Parts: sequence; structure tokens; C-alpha cells
Amino acid sequence: MADTTQDYTPGSHPDLPPPSSEVGVIGWLRHNLFATPLDWALTILAVYLIYVLVVPALDWMLFSADWAGETRDDCSREGACWVFARVWSKVFIYGRYPVEELWRVNLTFIIQFVGLAALMIPGVPYKKWTGIFLLIPYPIIAFFLLYGGAFGLEPVETSLWGGLMVTLVIAEVGIVASLPIGIVLALGRRSKMPIIRAICVAFIELWRGVPLITVLFMASVMFPLFMPEGVNFDKLLRALIGVAMFSAAYMAEVVRGGLQAIPKGQYEAAQALGLSYPKVMTFIVLPQALKLVIPGIVNTFIGLFKDTTLVLIIGLFDLLGVVQLAATNPDWLGFAVEGYVVAAVGFWIFCFAMSRYSMYMERKLETGHKR
Amino acid sequence: MAVQAQEGLAPAKPVFWNDPRFRALIYQVLVLGGVIAFGAYLVNNTIANMEARGISSGFGFLTKTAGFDIGQTLIEYNAESPYWRAMVVSIINTLMVSAFGILLATVLGFLLGVARLSHNWLISRLAAVYIEVVRNLPLLLQIFFWYFAVLRSVPGPRQSLNAWDAFFLNNRGLYMPRPLFESGFSLVVIGFLVAIVGSFVLARWAKKRQMTTGEQFPVFKATLGLVFGLPLLAFLVTGLPLSWEYAELKGFNFAGGMRIQPEFVAMLIALSMYTAAFIGEIVRAGILAVSHGQTEASYALGLRPGLTLRLVVIPQALRVIVPPLTSQYLNLTKNSSLGAAIAYPEIVLVFAGTVLMQTGQAVEIIGLTMAFYLTVSLLISLFMNWYNKKIALVER
Repeated sequence: MADTTQDYTPGSHPDLPPPSSEVGVIGWLRHNLFATPLDWALTILAVYLIYVLVVPALDWMLFSADWAGETRDDCSREGACWVFARVWSKVFIYGRYPVEELWRVNLTFIIQFVGLAALMIPGVPYKKWTGIFLLIPYPIIAFFLLYGGAFGLEPVETSLWGGLMVTLVIAEVGIVASLPIGIVLALGRRSKMPIIRAICVAFIELWRGVPLITVLFMASVMFPLFMPEGVNFDKLLRALIGVAMFSAAYMAEVVRGGLQAIPKGQYEAAQALGLSYPKVMTFIVLPQALKLVIPGIVNTFIGLFKDTTLVLIIGLFDLLGVVQLAATNPDWLGFAVEGYVVAAVGFWIFCFAMSRYSMYMERKLETGHKR
Repeated sequence: MAVQAQEGLAPAKPVFWNDPRFRALIYQVLVLGGVIAFGAYLVNNTIANMEARGISSGFGFLTKTAGFDIGQTLIEYNAESPYWRAMVVSIINTLMVSAFGILLATVLGFLLGVARLSHNWLISRLAAVYIEVVRNLPLLLQIFFWYFAVLRSVPGPRQSLNAWDAFFLNNRGLYMPRPLFESGFSLVVIGFLVAIVGSFVLARWAKKRQMTTGEQFPVFKATLGLVFGLPLLAFLVTGLPLSWEYAELKGFNFAGGMRIQPEFVAMLIALSMYTAAFIGEIVRAGILAVSHGQTEASYALGLRPGLTLRLVVIPQALRVIVPPLTSQYLNLTKNSSLGAAIAYPEIVLVFAGTVLMQTGQAVEIIGLTMAFYLTVSLLISLFMNWYNKKIALVER
């Protein structure tokens, strides 16, 4: 080898590349998986856990699963039997809604998804009008489309509703009703008038202190007692009222957190400008407060969406309810896990999408006031 | 046009309907009147409806014979017991699953929170996936999964899953050895209680001494020794007054031992796994909330990493963690009511379900059930407020 030593004046040596154990795949592995003996142990534990839990689950769900067929005999039972999900898919989505009327459900949800997409995707114009449409005429249209009884549409009793459709109806009514009621309750709780404050505090704490099941029980056994003779509420409607009240109380606490975070100077400046109380709230305080608590609001929505499953305890059939119904069907016994996986995927997609969208909104509305 | 101050004139008095105080009064009277009128309307309807259906109101039904059995009873109860006793049994069941659930969820949640912050990429990913999956699935679905898909589909008694011939899992439940306490065991319990009181006294003394003299005392090790050592000593001195009764397969079922209902196990697993996902996020946020400068400053003062964690990071993180942790405990307790869906005999199923169906006393029973949950909420939040005040930042 030739003499490669070379003299450098101090500071003139060119930078050498880092040693190969510090960069690239090996470097990454060393730093992130095998840095210390403890890391070695943890990595081995994690790989073992994946091998024991995730690999068989994936194999059961995908690779050994049966996809084709019409009856349960088409399933080899080595893996999941997705024939079950396919045969029952209509029930999972619509419940026992009459087949020739299904277009009404589809139309309702298509209008809604188009509207929501127009609201949520930035750059689509007429957001204000879309919002107004979704909040005021749309619920009326949806009611007549789903329930019928006017404009030549056959009435469909709510006892025939079921599946994902009921889950969405309950969750959406709860969401749409809980936000305004919650805001009013939160304002009442922050009010300077003692009686109004006391009423709001009592209302909020009463609902928040009890589990949703007792609220639903109350809605199903006590509402009929509350109403005058002869007035009979629909079971679904009673559950809807219970769910809306319950989530409004939670929403009120979230909004109150936002109201408390607004500096007093904002109120005082707005009053100094001569704005009345409703104007101070609608134009100055609430827009800032609601923006602050977007994560909390969406968390309440997600909680509400998951809690819709509880209506099966009072005899309504939401997505989980129909899955349970299908799993206990004598012709299809033994497919409970498949049913739960279907329901889990359904719920998970909605909840995860909501949480991701809230993160996105938070970033978008960030105006740099955070310290 | 300049506005001139006119002296000698009283400030303009607004007309009374423009006076904010008067308006506030009117609003409140209107709202209160509305609420009272609405309440009276409901009460009126309820009374009329109950008369029409021939239901007598009042709590007299509580002393009547219940006439049904409950699967899991910690206190004496049978079909001849009165309704109030059924209520107490179901309340105990609710509290038991909540207490165990809180314990498990806290342990698992703290592990998850720490794992999520681990430098080990695989571990932190695994924790993140667990949290994202479990948090976004309805609790009832998870309860159904554990109960119907896992615990009810394990083999029957004859093919029980067996661990060390002491634990048996089958579709009737989980069988464990039952401890049989002989005379003299009370001394072990007394030893344990003495050790606990003793460690409190010791901790106070050690803190006082450190405050005055600066000398430290290994409180943790001493407490550990005391709490384990004293009962063990008593146990050995009294001559091992404890034996185990094992469950045995007799005919078609197990006899002896201790049986834990599958409903309880399913509730416990589902509640603690679900709540742990939320606690994990709370713990992570709490640890991240302690600014890195605190760690660096304590290293600069010469504290070792372990001490830094114990004396600097954790006390500050707890301040952020405790309030949301409280509401998770509360949620878990309220969520235990979902046991009604898988027939775990807790208060909603037994009292608001069976008793309500038998007696028809809807108002009283739902009222009592709600009162129970409200009391528990109040107690938990009182305790946590006290604790919170104790560890809150003392600003000088």
C-alpha cells in the first residue's frame, strides 16, 4: 500500500462519513431497537408478542378465511367465515327495513355524505349555505325519507329500523342536538344570575353523574309515566331524547372549559365597544372558545358514537345489536367473532376518522396564539 | 359637536326595563317559573298515570320478599331475602368490579403510557396501536367479545384449561383454590395493619428529621420490609395457619375451591383494557407536560436519572395526571353498568331490571339507582379534589 498519510493543517481535514454502524438501516436499528440490554429484551418481547397475537389473528382474518359461498356449509372453519358477513350485510346496514324502500335510506345518506364532504373539504364553495341546508331543511327531508308517511312514501315503523342506519341516526341526532343545548347550558353555568346558574349546574351534574344506561332505562320506563294519558312516544324517539340530554351535559362542560380559557379582556373590550350580551357571545367569545375546545368536542362526539351501542339494552337494534342478533340466529351459530370483527371495523373507521379530522381542523384553525 | 359635561345633573337613570338588574331578575323569575311549571306538569302526569295503572308509590316494596336468586353474592342472600338486600348485594357487585377494574386499569395504563414514550421504536408503536384500536371501539363490543367469543367458548368442565392443577378455566367460570383461614391467622392480619400504621408514622418521622437535620432515612426499603416482613413473621410464629381448598372435578362439574363467574372476568378484562387505553394517553401527556428543562436542571444539580424521575419528574407529572385520571375512574365505575348486557348481577341489571319488572315501581327504583351513582361520583370527586389539593403547586 502506498503511503497514504498526508499532513493536514489543523482544521483543513475533510469531514469523514460517519461510521456505518451509526447510519442507515444498521444505525437505525441500533438506535431504536438495540441501544441497551433493556432495549434488547424489550424488542425480543415485542417481536414475541407480535408473533403470538398478531400473526395468528391476521392468518385467521385473511389468509385462512373463506370468502366465497352462500351458506354456512361453504365455510371450512379453518379461518374466518366472511360468507356470514356477506349474507347478513343488508341486515347489518339497514336492519329489517323493507327491501323495496331501501333507496330512501341510501338517498338520505348520500345527500348527507355529499353535504358533509362539501363542508369538510377546503376549497369547496358555498360552505355557509351547505351548513344551513344540513342543519335546517335536511333533518326534515331525512325524517320524511326515512320514516315516510307523506308525499306518497310508505310509512316505515322505527321498529323495522336497524343496523348501521340506527347507529348513524342516533349519533347524528345526538351530535346535532347536543352542541347547541350544551352551549346554552355552558353559558348558563357561567352566568351571573344565581338561579339560572344553579339550574344549569344541577342539570349538568345530574346527567353527568349517572351512567347512560340508567338514562336510557329512565327514557324507556319513566317517559311513558311522564306524558299525559294517551300520548305515546316512539321507543327510538325516547332513546334519542335521552342520548341528546346526556351528551348535552358533557358538551356543556367541554364548552365551559373553552369559555374559561378566554381572557377577561376579550369580554371587557367587546362590552366597551357597546356590544350586547348576545353579540359579545356570538361574535367575540364563542368563536374563540369553540376553536380552543375542538378536541374536546370531537372526543364527546366519538364517545357519543360509541355509546350508541347501549341502545341495544333497551331493545333497539343498532349495528352491534343486529350483529348480536345474527350471531344468535340458529342457522348461523358459532360466527360471533366474525360479527364482532365486522362491527369493530365499522365503529373503528368512524371514530378514527373523526379523531383524525379533529387534529386536522386544530392545525388549520391554529392562528398562532398558542403559547 | 362636543359633548359637554353638565354639572348639577344626576346621571341619567335608565327606564326600569333597561336596568340590567331588573332584567336579570325578570329572566330568572321566568326561567324558574318555567322549570317549576314543567316539573309540576311531569309530576302531575306521573301521579295520574300511576293511579290509572294502580301502582302505589313509596318505598314500602323494599322490605318485601325478592323471590329471585343472584349469581354472585358476597353477603348472605337467598330468594327469601327482601328487595333491599338484593339492592345491597348488587351494589357490592358493582363496587367490586369497579375497584378491581380501577386497580388493573391503573397498572396497565401507566405501563402503556410509559411504553408509548419508550425509545424503543417497536414498543412505542405497539403501545400506540393498542391505544388507537381499543380507544376507538365501543366498550360494549369489547365486553361482548370477551364474554361471548372468548369466555363462553372455552371448553366445558371436563376439558377445562388447567394451570398447575390449581386454576381451572371452563365455560362455567374460573376456579381457584379457596384459602382456609385457621385460628391464629388474625394475628397475621393484625401484623399487616400494624405494619401499615407503622410505616405512616415512620414516614412522618423521617420527613421531620430530614427537614430539621438534613439526614435521610431509607423510608421506602423500611416500609417494604415492614409491610411484608411483619405479617410473614406473624405467619411463621403462629405456625402457618393457612391451607388451600382446591377445586376438583366431581361428575360433570367442579366442587370446592373458589369460582369466579365468567361475567365478572369478562367485565374486568374489558373495563380495565378499555380504561387503560385512556389512562395511557393521560400518563403520556402528563410526563410530556414536565418541561425538559426540569430534567436538565436536576441533572445539573447532580441527581441521578432514577432520583430525577422520582423527585422531579413524577411529582410534577402527577399534578397534570390526577384530574383527568379521576374522571377516568368515574367513567369506569359508571361503565360497570354495562354488565347488565351480559347478565353480570350489578345494580342496573338486578335493581333497575329484575326488581323493576317485578314491582313496577319505576320512579322509586330509577331514582334510587341514579342516587347510588350520583353518590359514588360525588365521593370519588371529593376524594380526588382532596388529593389534588394536597399535591397542588404551592406558590410562594
